[in-house]
Amino acid sequence: MRFSLILSQLSQGMGRTVTIFFLTLIFSLPLGLLISFGRMSKNRVISSIVKIYISIMRGTPLMLQLMVVYFGPFYLFGLNIGNWRFPAIIVGFSLNYAAYFAEIYRSGIESMPVGQYEAARLLGYSKIQTFFRIILPQVIKRILPAVTNEIITLVKDTSLAFSIAYAEMFTIAKQIAAAQTTMIPFVTAAVFYYVFNWLVAWIMELAEKKFAYYR
Amino acid sequence: MIYLEMNHVKKSFEDLEVLKDISLTVEEGEVVSIIGPSGSGKSTLLRCAALLETMDSGDLSYLGQKAVTMENGRSVYAKPNVLGKIRENFGLVFQNYNLFPHYNVMRNLCDAPIHVQKRQKAEVEKQARELLAKMGLVGKETAYPCQLSGGQCQRVAIARALMLNPKVLFFDEPTSALDPELTGEVLKVIRSLAEMHMTMVIVTHEMSFAREISDRILFMDQGVVVVEGTPDEVFSSENDRMKGFLGKFRDM
Repeated sequence: MRFSLILSQLSQGMGRTVTIFFLTLIFSLPLGLLISFGRMSKNRVISSIVKIYISIMRGTPLMLQLMVVYFGPFYLFGLNIGNWRFPAIIVGFSLNYAAYFAEIYRSGIESMPVGQYEAARLLGYSKIQTFFRIILPQVIKRILPAVTNEIITLVKDTSLAFSIAYAEMFTIAKQIAAAQTTMIPFVTAAVFYYVFNWLVAWIMELAEKKFAYYR
Repeated sequence: MIYLEMNHVKKSFEDLEVLKDISLTVEEGEVVSIIGPSGSGKSTLLRCAALLETMDSGDLSYLGQKAVTMENGRSVYAKPNVLGKIRENFGLVFQNYNLFPHYNVMRNLCDAPIHVQKRQKAEVEKQARELLAKMGLVGKETAYPCQLSGGQCQRVAIARALMLNPKVLFFDEPTSALDPELTGEVLKVIRSLAEMHMTMVIVTHEMSFAREISDRILFMDQGVVVVEGTPDEVFSSENDRMKGFLGKFRDM
């Protein structure tokens, strides 16, 4: 089997992998912020529920969570949702990554000196203005390295979509390798992940530099 | 006119009684300094006045508007929208400046007037430039706080507080984080505000400065006002604790 043919077969999967990656980020980054608010809520009921949620998301394998999201509606409620496979992957990934992002946001928000809140209060900023004008921009700077870590992990985790038989790039690579008894698909997959993550790291480094204008 | 009035203020942190029945009245144009050893409750008193700490008992009003009233021996705070209005009456300068590090000097000064008070950008920026000129900070408009010295940061912080045209300006140990040289430049600014009859309450360890600019001085120790009066009265007080405290300063 010629390399170009392998590549063309893999490229279809690459598109799917990239789609999972971006959709997960789009949903989990804002959702994580909401969850971090819940985690820090003064309301005990809310903060406890969110704490349990985060604990489950971090304490069980993502692969298992994907299966629960995919099979759950049918096994538990007899619901038969058409074309659920792809949405289930995005839902599963987003719920899982939002939990991790929530803890990263929390670490950033709680590391902010109380003086910033006090200064904002003295100047008359509302709570919402204080958060979006004063706190969040500084939090983003603080958490960028941790977020980069998480995003790089996400690139590699996309391969877990195979567990519910979604043909992303690595699933296809395994199939070709098994059928043709060749290492080429694996090597190609490795190069793909590596270049993808190299790009991620490069973009995040640019972002860090953009925030380097102040300390 | 009475700008600030606090009566019978009490405040405890857990079991520690920090303020034990303190009253303070500040008239328009008055400069009041609060001195005393660390842990005497000076800063807590100032922070109660600035609504950063909630007092357990006592009342508080600005220009006759009640921020805190006493009901059955407990402090009751006014509604948030009332407190919001009352907050416009005062500004506070912190010991460690608390400038916004992600904003440059100009934005530190102008952001709140433009986005909180909804004032015109051109007018706000004009006021900011005038204040920066008075503070000796011309040319620093686009600098970020991390590029400034401590003394410059504190002067920016004073300008930021003045941007909102407060009636009363609080200083919470404004020079405690600065070396003597930088202290001088900040004190110079505060002195010029005193000359303009800005109403100020200053918590400070700068004894000679307090003596020079204050109309009235409160000496606090262990949560009570031990001596209160004009600078001359306070500094010639025969009170043992006052003498002990000043003696330590003279020994230095």
